[in-house]
Amino acid sequence: MNPAVRAEGLSKRFGRFVAVDRLDLSISKGEIVGFIGPNGAGKSTTIRLLCGLLKPTAGRACVAGFDVAREPDAVREHIGYMSQKFSLYPDLTVRENLRFFGGLYRVPRRDIEVRMAQAIAMAGLQGREDALVQTLAGGWKQRLALGCAILHRPPVLFLDEPTSGVEPEARRHFWDLIHQLASEGVTILVSTHYMDEAEYCNRIALIDAGRLVAIGSPGELRRRELGGALFELECSPLGAALVALRQVPEVIDAAIFGDRLHVLLRQPAAAEGLPALLARHGIVAGPPHGITPSLEDVFVQLVSRPHAAVRA
Amino acid sequence: MFERLHVMLVKEFLELRRDRWAMVRLIVPLLIQALVFGYAATFTVNHVATVVLDLDRSQASRTLVSHFAANGRFDIVEMAATQQAVTHAIDTGRAVVAIVIHAGFAAKLANGRSAPLAIAVDGTNSNTALIALGYVSLIVARFEAEAMAHGWPVPGETASSGADVPLQERPWFNQGLDDRWFFIPGVIGTLTLIQVVSLTALAVVREREVGTLEQIMVSPIRPFEFILGKTVPFFLIGLGDVVLVTVFGVLWFGIPFVGSPLVMLLGSSLFLLAALGLGLLLSTLARTQQQAFALNFFLVNPFFILSGFAFPIAAMPPVLQWFTLINPLRYFLVVIRAVFLKGVGIDVLWPDLLAMGALGAGMLALSVLRFRKSLD
Repeated sequence: MNPAVRAEGLSKRFGRFVAVDRLDLSISKGEIVGFIGPNGAGKSTTIRLLCGLLKPTAGRACVAGFDVAREPDAVREHIGYMSQKFSLYPDLTVRENLRFFGGLYRVPRRDIEVRMAQAIAMAGLQGREDALVQTLAGGWKQRLALGCAILHRPPVLFLDEPTSGVEPEARRHFWDLIHQLASEGVTILVSTHYMDEAEYCNRIALIDAGRLVAIGSPGELRRRELGGALFELECSPLGAALVALRQVPEVIDAAIFGDRLHVLLRQPAAAEGLPALLARHGIVAGPPHGITPSLEDVFVQLVSRPHAAVRA
Repeated sequence: MFERLHVMLVKEFLELRRDRWAMVRLIVPLLIQALVFGYAATFTVNHVATVVLDLDRSQASRTLVSHFAANGRFDIVEMAATQQAVTHAIDTGRAVVAIVIHAGFAAKLANGRSAPLAIAVDGTNSNTALIALGYVSLIVARFEAEAMAHGWPVPGETASSGADVPLQERPWFNQGLDDRWFFIPGVIGTLTLIQVVSLTALAVVREREVGTLEQIMVSPIRPFEFILGKTVPFFLIGLGDVVLVTVFGVLWFGIPFVGSPLVMLLGSSLFLLAALGLGLLLSTLARTQQQAFALNFFLVNPFFILSGFAFPIAAMPPVLQWFTLINPLRYFLVVIRAVFLKGVGIDVLWPDLLAMGALGAGMLALSVLRFRKSLD
């Protein structure tokens, strides 16, 4: 089956600045893929390229079976998009906003009332249909924006940091809606900078400096991307221990996490020798514990690698 | 296409209706400015503060002074005793015009010799000075004529009086040469341009700022559907402006409207097309409302000055005259003044109408082309 979203060597330059650098990506139908990366990494630009809002400088992309550069109108008919700002008209009511976006996508007249009612129910706005959008709190606005973006039942949905600035309760509620849409077969590409949200995705694409650094399920990334075993070590003094450990060949990397160290080892077996090794430098250390890396560990590790190679 | 255009228009009018102050903001400044222009914008010079130094103190000199006093154009604020007092009055701005009648004025007048009369004008406002000087020569000429009638020979007149060529001034279309007749029709064009350009530019840029523009551009809407939906309301507002100020000028200031309302409507529509095009073009150049405002501010003054509203285009340096050719206001002022005062029709005005149509089409086309690009 053709992937719902496919990018090959997708690139975008603004003058001399390379915002997106030869990005390859393939997303299957019904998949939720999370875009993770620091601000300015190229997440928004990639999404806007895939929506046809920007023209790629090089490479190509297909969305819902249509070429983004050659058939932008067909692409627009088949996607929903929600930008970082809640792009609703604040001086129009809930119902007027829905009717406007329904009209833009030419939702058939016989369907519009039903779909508007569904969107209102989904946003939890029953009884507030005639409230001005500017009077709604963030979470409701954001769910209404999602409702507006899917009125025409697009098979592919692009969400650009949809949950920024929304309280945790509303974020969870929003992710429930996303999962429900995915279970109905909608393909979703969502960017976020909340690490906990990344865990809700089927796959995560890590982006840094315009390049796709890694892609895989959260579990895969944790297991594979670190390239070693992660141990936690209580020791004192931390600074001297860090310097000493970085000299050891078995140690890939070591970093301070709070009052202890995280040490990444090529072989788990090497962990046992660490306290003795540190004692020779006059450092007192407890026994190392093997730990499960968080996505943050993975991300820090990947982004710190110079010119990280893409591993798919 | 009609569905999208329809929802765009519904949205625009809903937003306009929600904005409770919109009508106040649209109408009140327009009427106030029309009033201010109507009363204040005039080249007529009245009540010019005048200082008189009469060193002759004769009946002839007093008669001359009374001519000035009776005319109404000049207010004699001071009868000075010395030349120093005259200089002081001009320096301090107490007087704009000084009339100095030298000793021997009456005697020389009686002998038919050139009678010494000095007029000094504060030239810091060259316009007022020039116009005041014009009145001075009129009054002096009338005095000369009267002096001759009284049997005083006037220098120069004796030889030429037989071959006197009477010059009859007969201004057409504005017999009273009322400045208001000239300005109020011009005000319609100027105010409409300012309002429509800024409304259009700000409305589009506001959507860009809020983010709704991006949301619309990601939908299958075509640029011309968006632009039409965005401009039709402002077109109607612009037409409302024209009608409002026209009716106001006719009813309040008594400006005659002798031409065809249909020609006026056609001219206004073409002019509004150009104004909307300009506003949209600005909106594709500006990222924020501040930028749009600054651009608008930067453009409107040159458009105003280079329109022939107050300053004749024929008197401008050639380079600036070329600039007036791309100024829609220039053509609209010709049309609107002609329709108001001359009553001429399309057979005369077609070059100006055509120019406005071409400018409007050009600017709209350019803004449609720039529109998608402006998202990059």
